[in-house]
Amino acid sequence: MVHELYKEVILDHSKRPRNRHAMADADRQAEGFNPLCGDKLKLYVKMDGDIVRDASFEGSGCAISTASASLMTESLKGKTRAEALALLDKFHDLLTTDAAVGDGLGKLVVFCGVRDYPARVKCATLAWHTLKSALNGAGDVTTTE
Amino acid sequence: MSALSTDILTAFDVEKLREDFPVLKQQIHGKPLVYMDSAATAQKPYAVIEAIRRFYEVDCANIHRGVHELSQRSTAAYEQTRTRAREFLNAASDAEIVFVRGTTEAVNLVASSWGHRNVKAGDEIVISAMEHHSNIVPWQMLCEARDARLRVIPMSDRGELILEEYEKLLNPRTRMVAVAHISNALGTVNPVAEMIAMAHRAGALALIDGAQAAPHLAVDVRALDADFYAFSGHKVLGPTGIGILYGKQALLEDMPPYQGGGDMIRTVTFEKTTYADLPYKFEAGTPNIAGGIGLGAALEYIGRVGIERIAAWEHELLRYGTEQLERIPGLRIIGTARRKAAVLSFVIDGIHPHDIGTVLDLDGIAVRTGHHCAQPVMDRFRVPATTRASLAFYNTIAEIDKLVQGIHKVKEVFA
Repeated sequence: MVHELYKEVILDHSKRPRNRHAMADADRQAEGFNPLCGDKLKLYVKMDGDIVRDASFEGSGCAISTASASLMTESLKGKTRAEALALLDKFHDLLTTDAAVGDGLGKLVVFCGVRDYPARVKCATLAWHTLKSALNGAGDVTTTE
Repeated sequence: MSALSTDILTAFDVEKLREDFPVLKQQIHGKPLVYMDSAATAQKPYAVIEAIRRFYEVDCANIHRGVHELSQRSTAAYEQTRTRAREFLNAASDAEIVFVRGTTEAVNLVASSWGHRNVKAGDEIVISAMEHHSNIVPWQMLCEARDARLRVIPMSDRGELILEEYEKLLNPRTRMVAVAHISNALGTVNPVAEMIAMAHRAGALALIDGAQAAPHLAVDVRALDADFYAFSGHKVLGPTGIGILYGKQALLEDMPPYQGGGDMIRTVTFEKTTYADLPYKFEAGTPNIAGGIGLGAALEYIGRVGIERIAAWEHELLRYGTEQLERIPGLRIIGTARRKAAVLSFVIDGIHPHDIGTVLDLDGIAVRTGHHCAQPVMDRFRVPATTRASLAFYNTIAEIDKLVQGIHKVKEVFA
């Protein structure tokens, strides 16, 4: 039962997060905060015109939020701003809609198990909420509340 | 309903007591529920559930008005709780027992009613580093409104308040010292009698947040010489939405009403309203009648089990739990005060409390994870959050073993 939520990919990304580092030449930054658990996350995005060239994050949180940030930064590279925001919507649907199957989400479908743990949805979406404020240019701290 | 007979309890029979708590008889994710979140809210015995059901089925009426039979019954039952609460706290008079929604409202009532009359610019309010947000924010709001200063008693790495530092904070500007009897996040039992005496020597009053203490140790407000003492019904096996504020009569008499409305008045005209006597002056509007009656049943139940026996069993649980958790490599207990209630707050290297909480839940073990409404405590110990197993007298040694096994499983998953 544990592994329906904590799938191998999630455990792998939580133990060995990809792209977890500061980015000196980032064009956009945003901070995310989950008051429920105290998790803080800083997201860096480097744009090339309308395309996300690179993304990274700093901060530590639970396995779900760390793996989510790690997989998100991987999946963003090469996407246009609009594509990135569309991905966010699909990801959010996956976590909150029973019928969602996660078409077009690629590896991110591993988070489908989170749907059964409503208290953990915010862990999985913290990085994505932060991405939204980074892409929309709002420099404030984003909270999940 | 299982009757609780005193002879059964001569030896503390936890299995027998557990039968009084219907909620404990269930499976969670296919495993027997192990409830270790009693510091958040305690489970309710049949006696409480039955009292509430009986009120709605048989006695339901508004109180303090109406001469009809039901109104008299409901008034008597509700007021009987006031007497039980007075006995529970060893207060001098029922007039000193004010019904509130809970500890949070009690603190707000004092900060608002007493505070706005007595606190002036430049005055000081002293709280401690281990307060729950409910004993921080109302005082912050008061200080902001009055241009007063909030001062904080620091604590040691064990999670004990440093009394020498507290002494230094006290001065002629100190108006109020507001501290927890027991810390919800750490389990520390504070030396409140001594702290109250120190406040009084400085000419200040003392409010004790008893939310965590009332369920676990005998409280005697007169022996403590507390000016105000607050606790919540739902943490002493009663319902949510009801609690008690104790205040010394002379202080309560001197305070203006907290809220205006029905029940708190003597006479009302458009020119002038006169207020009711204590404690009704502070009880505007139709209260949580069923909640009050349920609280009375809870206090009676605790009286039958015996608070000393509860404390003794919980101490045994704490001793065993501490010993077992300390053996787990990489686990650190946060809050190691010499006097502690049965709260085991801990962190594990490299594993976030939320993941610990979720994996334990899959084994039917309910613990609290997060900052426990005490963010300054988390900052003090430089952790974002902890996992907290808070025990009550209905917990067993076998359940602690299950917690330990569960933690080992957590470590396997996230190794």
